[in-house]
Amino acid sequence: MKSSTSKRRPAKTKRADFYRLRLYIAGQTPNSIAAIANLKKICEDKLHGKYRIEVVDLLKKPQLAKGDQIIAIPTLVRRLPPPVKKIIGNLSKTESVIVGLDLKPLR
Amino acid sequence: MPGARPKVVRSSLAKSPTGIQGLDEVTGGGLPKGRVTLVCGSAGCGKSLFAMEFLVHGAVRYGEPGVCMDFEETEAKLRANVASLGFDLRELTKRKKLLVDFVSVERNQIAETGEYNLDGLFIRLAHAVKAIKAKRVVLDSIEALFSGLVDSTILRAELRRLFHWLEEHKLTAVVTGEAGEQTLTRHGLEEYIADCVISLDHRVTDQISTRRLRVVKYRGTSHGTDEYPFLIDREGISVVPITSLELAHKASTDRVSTGISVLDEMMEGKGFFRGSSVLVSGSSGTGKSSLAASFTRAACARGEVCLYFAFEESPSQILRNMRSVSINLEPWVKKRLLHFHAMRPTSIGLEAHLAVVHKLIEKFRPKVVVIDPITNLVSASGTHSIKSMLMRLVDFLKVEQISSMFTNLTFSGDPQERTAAAVSSLMDTWIVLRDSKPNGRPRRELYVLKSRGMAHSREPRELIVSERGIELGKVLRDHSLATPVAGPGGVAVPE
Repeated sequence: MKSSTSKRRPAKTKRADFYRLRLYIAGQTPNSIAAIANLKKICEDKLHGKYRIEVVDLLKKPQLAKGDQIIAIPTLVRRLPPPVKKIIGNLSKTESVIVGLDLKPLR
Repeated sequence: MPGARPKVVRSSLAKSPTGIQGLDEVTGGGLPKGRVTLVCGSAGCGKSLFAMEFLVHGAVRYGEPGVCMDFEETEAKLRANVASLGFDLRELTKRKKLLVDFVSVERNQIAETGEYNLDGLFIRLAHAVKAIKAKRVVLDSIEALFSGLVDSTILRAELRRLFHWLEEHKLTAVVTGEAGEQTLTRHGLEEYIADCVISLDHRVTDQISTRRLRVVKYRGTSHGTDEYPFLIDREGISVVPITSLELAHKASTDRVSTGISVLDEMMEGKGFFRGSSVLVSGSSGTGKSSLAASFTRAACARGEVCLYFAFEESPSQILRNMRSVSINLEPWVKKRLLHFHAMRPTSIGLEAHLAVVHKLIEKFRPKVVVIDPITNLVSASGTHSIKSMLMRLVDFLKVEQISSMFTNLTFSGDPQERTAAAVSSLMDTWIVLRDSKPNGRPRRELYVLKSRGMAHSREPRELIVSERGIELGKVLRDHSLATPVAGPGGVAVPE
């Protein structure tokens, strides 16, 4: 499943403000479902219109686990803005997610 | 080393041979098949090399492709390890014999935001195993996860699940772990491993390092609990099994010439028993090496492979000196019947010497082994260790039916003399060489102090070492020494 707010970047958004996030899951486990829901909520609250989430199911694409050095599931990778950041867990601890992704408050 | 296989091992458990020299003998065939084995030890003890050897030999010799999940080493280091075993990592990877997945765990860089598991790792492993139809797996060193992941409760549960998964998939696995202070591994991995735990150790005593291997646990298999010395060299690991715990070697009735016809005469006209051990002791310059050389030459002339361990002189020096007494060994070296191995006794520990000796015997499969002199090994250790080392070596040689000659330098009144007494009980035959000066004329004397299982001459003869070779004169009636009291134990020292 792939959910993204928009294919094109909104014109107003500066490149540095745009978040490209990739969430690795393995099948529809409770943790995976929770992680997707938690992530969407946090992004809507904090990054409205300035993010794109890509969900990778490793059961379907196991070869992708190597590239991002995935060990734990779920793992969220912040691909943009640099530097790449990685957080693990079902994203239920919102504060940890905000700190881990280094999310700036919405202006 | 078929003869050296401990006879006590009777096992119905399926084993996966490691291909590590000596280890498969110690464990009665290798590691438990389809099970997880923990290999632990401190940094630099050889864990990673052990794991890699298990994998590479498995892939190359036993047709079992292997996956390595490497949590620590870089590709360059791993490639060097594989290359040291004589294989090219890229080539093996290309041929789908080996697959390495480098797992990087960023130390404390990962924020944890709720529940998780290690499915990512499982998926990677499963994917790799499937890709090359692997039968063996190495996780080196999975403990790295402890530094990357904070929640050790999750981690421990996941490790348990991982080991179960490996067994469920009938994979033979080696997991490495760093030695802890009170426990075998820093994070107590041994709690999860039920079947086989091997501990590697690297000790430095008196500035000489010795590596030892111990099988701590091996369920369903009687294994030696001793520590086995092992060696890491250009060809990887070799373990020295402590052979034949029982004295069960067959005693040969076959005889081999000493290389000196009169000496053969002194021993029922037939020489030594094949597979027996001979000690030649004497002070400096009495002709010990010459005796060893003529024994060697006679064996080579019979077409037998000889292995000559020189602890004092370089091979070229030995060859030159022997030429001067008309013993030309060079043709046999050229014909690859005679192999020299020279080393400084103090360069490595006694156990390592033993390991080297074993290894070369395995390699060349000689019929005759010469160690010249064992005295110099004493400088590398105490008398007790040399005795136990020699005991193991002599046992091993006997099981393999290899005739052996040990030279021993003595000084009268010196502690070395006691060494001779200590080791002589292990020897079947003891030949004593002496200097004497009856009527002011110096001469060398030889007599057979003991020789088990035969009616040997006890009378001393003059030993003449000249450019014409080695000759034994008539029985000395006027010898300066009283006829030595040679008890069967051979402990009596003349004078």
